Amino acid sequence: MMPDLEIYAATVLGAFGATLGLLGTLIAVTVWQGARARVRLARAEAAFGSPVPERPFHG
Amino acid sequence: MHMTFWDHANPTAFMRLSGAVLPWVSGAAGICLCTGLTWGLMLTPPAQGFGASVKVIYVHVPAAMMAINLWLMMVLASGLWFVRRHHVSALAAKAAAPVGLTMTLIALVTGALWGEPVWGTWWAWDPRLTAFLILFLSYLGYVALWRAVPHTEAAADLAALLCLVGSVFALVSRYAVLFWAQGLHQGATLSLDRAEHIANVYWVPLVVTIAGFVALSVALVLARTRTEICRRRIDFLQERARRA
Repeated sequence: MMPDLEIYAATVLGAFGATLGLLGTLIAVTVWQGARARVRLARAEAAFGSPVPERPFHG
Repeated sequence: MHMTFWDHANPTAFMRLSGAVLPWVSGAAGICLCTGLTWGLMLTPPAQGFGASVKVIYVHVPAAMMAINLWLMMVLASGLWFVRRHHVSALAAKAAAPVGLTMTLIALVTGALWGEPVWGTWWAWDPRLTAFLILFLSYLGYVALWRAVPHTEAAADLAALLCLVGSVFALVSRYAVLFWAQGLHQGATLSLDRAEHIANVYWVPLVVTIAGFVALSVALVLARTRTEICRRRIDFLQERARRA
């Protein structure tokens, strides 16, 4: 049930559409990058061992 | 032995705590966003002077608030990095930047879409609009700086410095309408003063939507910080294997 948006239909639907599109893209990229990093970490731990560095910038 | 807060503030503790919190924050974000956006779009009446275009408030205002607040969160995290050399804080600031960048872009795009029918123009060099454009460029610069500097600790230092400098524009974005009594943009939408407050019929769904944007931003920053920590661990393991 879509409300009557009068002459502002393009404005309102455009704003909601742009917002949902940008947020959806950000969420998808975040989930994808996280999954990819976890897989790469699991492979690296299997290959090199799995110590947990408390200071992650330092080797 | 007595342990301080800082003894607990390490990547392992962060991964454990964020892993427990993340599903709940994500769920809260989903519920609040679905409720608030549907309520705002479907059930609020047209407003005097704005007509049905007032519904843009439910995406524009929360995004603009988060654009500023995420930069301020990055300032705090950058300050922690400078003072404590606390690595998770540097990674959290890095993780928050793309989220803030997206929120700023949403605020600019929805503002332009809203401005055209209400002000008769997509863009004006109004103090708040200009400050937001500079904030957007600051976010872009921050993200680019992290990518451009290969040494992670140096990148964290430079990015933290940029963040502290850019905080001026975050504050100007927030208070521009108070500093300069000119320009097209209206004053604060939400106010603790009941006389300045928007009507409850608009305010209640707006607060629900803002809660959704806050929860979503927290969830995204937590998830992205976890990813950054994973990447650092991968680099650490690869570096150690090279040295062995």
